[in-house]
Amino acid sequence: MTVNNTSVYDVLVLGGGSAGLAAALSAHEGGAKVLLIEREQKLGGILKQCVHDGFGLLRFKERLTGPEYAGREIKRFLEAKIPYVLESFVVDVQKKGGGLGTTYTVSKQSAAGMHMYTCKSIILACGCRERTSRQVFIHGDRPAGIFSAGTAQYFVNIQGKLPTKRCVILGSGDIGLIMARRLTLEGASVAGVYEIKDAPAGLTRNICQCLNDFDIPLHLSTTVTEVFGHGRVEAVAVEKVDKNFNIIPNTREIIECDALILSVGLLPEIELANMLNIPIDPATKGPFVDQTLMTKAAGVFACGNVLHVNDLVDWVSVSGEDAGRNAAKYCKEPRLFNEKMPLEYSKSDFLYAVPQYLDPACEEPFTFYFRSREDVSGKTVSLKLSENNVKSKKYRRLIPSEMEALKLGELGSAAGFELIMG
Amino acid sequence: MRSALRLVFVYIPDILKSVVFITKELRILQRKLANKFPNAEASLFGDSVRLEGEMGDWDEIVSCGKLAAKAGFKGVINDIKLKGFTPPPMRTPKLRDGALEGAAPDVLIIGGGVVGCSIARELSRWKLKILLVDKEDDLAMHASSRNDGMIHPGIASHIGTLRGEMNVRGNAMYDQICKDLSIPFERWSSAILYNSKVLGFGARFYLGARQIAFGIPGKHLNRKRLEEAEPNLTEEAIGGFDYPTTGFLSPYKLTVALGENAIENGAEISLNTVVTGMELQGGNIAVVHTNRGTVRPRAVVNAAGCFSDIVSDMAGDRFFSIHPRKGECCILDKDVGNLLQRSMGIIGLAAATSATKGGGVMRTIDGNVLVGPDAYEHPLREDFSTHAENLDAVMAKHLPLIKGFNRSQVIAYFAGVRAATYEEEFIIEGSSRVHNLVHAAGIQSPGLASAPAIAQEIVKITLSRLGGKIVPNEKFNPVRQASPVLAKLSFDEKQKLIKQNPEYGVVVCRCEAISKGEIRDSIRSKVPATSLDAVKRRTRPGMGRCQGGFCSPLVAKILEEEGISSVTKKGAGSELFLGGLNSKEASNDG
Repeated sequence: MTVNNTSVYDVLVLGGGSAGLAAALSAHEGGAKVLLIEREQKLGGILKQCVHDGFGLLRFKERLTGPEYAGREIKRFLEAKIPYVLESFVVDVQKKGGGLGTTYTVSKQSAAGMHMYTCKSIILACGCRERTSRQVFIHGDRPAGIFSAGTAQYFVNIQGKLPTKRCVILGSGDIGLIMARRLTLEGASVAGVYEIKDAPAGLTRNICQCLNDFDIPLHLSTTVTEVFGHGRVEAVAVEKVDKNFNIIPNTREIIECDALILSVGLLPEIELANMLNIPIDPATKGPFVDQTLMTKAAGVFACGNVLHVNDLVDWVSVSGEDAGRNAAKYCKEPRLFNEKMPLEYSKSDFLYAVPQYLDPACEEPFTFYFRSREDVSGKTVSLKLSENNVKSKKYRRLIPSEMEALKLGELGSAAGFELIMG
Repeated sequence: MRSALRLVFVYIPDILKSVVFITKELRILQRKLANKFPNAEASLFGDSVRLEGEMGDWDEIVSCGKLAAKAGFKGVINDIKLKGFTPPPMRTPKLRDGALEGAAPDVLIIGGGVVGCSIARELSRWKLKILLVDKEDDLAMHASSRNDGMIHPGIASHIGTLRGEMNVRGNAMYDQICKDLSIPFERWSSAILYNSKVLGFGARFYLGARQIAFGIPGKHLNRKRLEEAEPNLTEEAIGGFDYPTTGFLSPYKLTVALGENAIENGAEISLNTVVTGMELQGGNIAVVHTNRGTVRPRAVVNAAGCFSDIVSDMAGDRFFSIHPRKGECCILDKDVGNLLQRSMGIIGLAAATSATKGGGVMRTIDGNVLVGPDAYEHPLREDFSTHAENLDAVMAKHLPLIKGFNRSQVIAYFAGVRAATYEEEFIIEGSSRVHNLVHAAGIQSPGLASAPAIAQEIVKITLSRLGGKIVPNEKFNPVRQASPVLAKLSFDEKQKLIKQNPEYGVVVCRCEAISKGEIRDSIRSKVPATSLDAVKRRTRPGMGRCQGGFCSPLVAKILEEEGISSVTKKGAGSELFLGGLNSKEASNDG
């Protein structure tokens, strides 16, 4: 293999969306030599196509559009003069050596050719991807007009194309709700949003602002069971389901439409983690990490939506900053992943919690993220270290669709790590 | 005088004998039908038998046809109507132009599947004007893109059948074909597993006899050796029979490559072209009407798949019927592709009695896992819809075979329709009624494996039907000019190609790492990809786990750059966009 295209960095940040931008900046500020690799033509990640507002309320105390939020992050990143490459695709990641001397080689492909980088640390910031119609087993004909909500959003907001004039939206994830409003504003009609669960999957504010304000009906406990149409979608069948998602007989209704738009969940994009055989948490579908956001591969950190799917970009930036700072620190003082103290929590109370491990040797402050499994009210969530509550918070209401975060200060020494809902 | 005597003493008794035989067979069949299917009537139709009547259940109509197929006639024409069901007309392109008006090819091939394209390429070894037409927007749109891509060893066919003979012959030809066409091909072997000693014992003799008759190499694997070969196999199978000649390829890449090579050797391919009628003159097809003009071919090859009986009808040569047999399969993520090394299916009593083998699990040439297919009778010839109950059954049957398989790994699923005759046999012959018509009809499984051998046979028949002196095409080159596939290349090889064309460096499909350059190549190829699905069949963007979520807007844009004004999924009528926005195109592109 040719090595004349090799460069050496401390930290390679893979992904130039809000997680990667924040990570690269904080790693740089931590003194690391950083390179950011982005596969698209422009920095900013998914925010580029999120022209609606509501971003940045936590981070900037302002209501920004996606491109505005990304613009601010990009500006700070560019001002720091951190090297980056665009339209560059990572084709291979290899681990070299082991223990505290572990390094990584990353091969990327771009119009400029093939390049290979060597680094001590990698920050995975590659975001997430949408679940497809196939992953939710949509059956029937296979015409044009079945799009994921993000794809439809790209068509409308980036390419200026209208992919539907009358659509049915399956799934009440946030992008689906946003697209219901967006398509309505562009003159298309939305026959309805259908959600198989008995509660919406997206944020409450989006239900109000995107559906209620536009008189778009939301049908809960209802799903799309069949698609009709040869060339283009002509209709879909919807049916009611019971608590266990079993179809209730005689509830079938045929709805004429030219598109079925799916907002049925997001999944962390773990291709690069898989190249390194990094263990994945079945609950988050992203890598297991400790409180420094280091994965089980020493020196490889994860942040943003590849770690777990966030509702708000503000938290994505926070985790990026944390991963970047910790990666820079790792480059100076390498350490191995400590598996001795996994987080204990009840799977019936929580959908997931991040970080999943605590390394008692790291006394950094960190943020703790979790989602409740059920819609519950008046519950207190406590994080316990060796029998002592280190943080407790009473929540008026916890719902699965809204991620919660607990900021934690220095923890001192600990002999156990447990999350409790009571 | 002599010939008159001959007539009296030889021909007339012969004819009488055959009439007596036929009427006797017919009477026996009529009696059987009266017992089992009182609503069906049988009559003679040339050398074939024709069934008429009306029934309320499609499976019964098919059973009726199968019963008739055992009576020993040339073919079964099944005209029994399904109560309350009007068969939909064949889907035809809306396009009307005169692009083919006045064309006078030596050979007109109807059907651009793997059989039609194999024939076109094989015919292009001869100095002939060849025109292949297909009604769809691309080649390989029906069964040729809707199968498991397995080059069967031949073990699934009965001894003495054309299906078996063509399969074994075709299988052996694939190494050279794929090398010449530059498409990936591997012989990873396939295994027929069993879960009871009785079945294993029976199968050893049954399959052993076929191995000897067809000359198929194979060996028995006991549980221990099975485990060594396939460590992820679950407990279910206690042994199996392994056939190392089984091959794996991408059936649509193959079909397109065959078409491209045929074009390189002088053949013409006209897509979106449907045959609407024929005119006969003196026992020959003189005129073929299409939506793109009138064609006057010297010979016609019927390779029309599920519509081959209808094409035969148009030429006044009714002697068989197609009963479409549908199958559904699913594809698992590449992540689990390494959990098995070969194709495997388990035999049970149900599979042994079904019309085709019972499907299984296999690693595809692209590294995914294919699960299925199933097989069921169905009156629609081009219905490719999928159904939860079918795929649930497919998954329930086959996923438990391998440790580590589960439903969450499914990234795609699809359906295909097999062009089965009631005789369950290939029809590879010159028409007995129409001199210049040659049939490559009723090609169902193992049609993909058999296609090269079928093509050789069809060429022989066609040349003899054309008559006269036909000289070889001196310029024939079996090697296709193929464009590169970067994901398969080394770091240095990629480096070199990107230097020549920087667009090879720009990755558009992140699941399969396919570059802009490769997509552009497919749009500019000899059989140009003009839709999203056509690009996908050639270069795979959209075949990965995102199923086109990320790349379809980018591929659509490249199609636009290449002059496709309204991008479709699969041809006219499947437009992606229903208009632009009121505002001008957003400037923030990319």
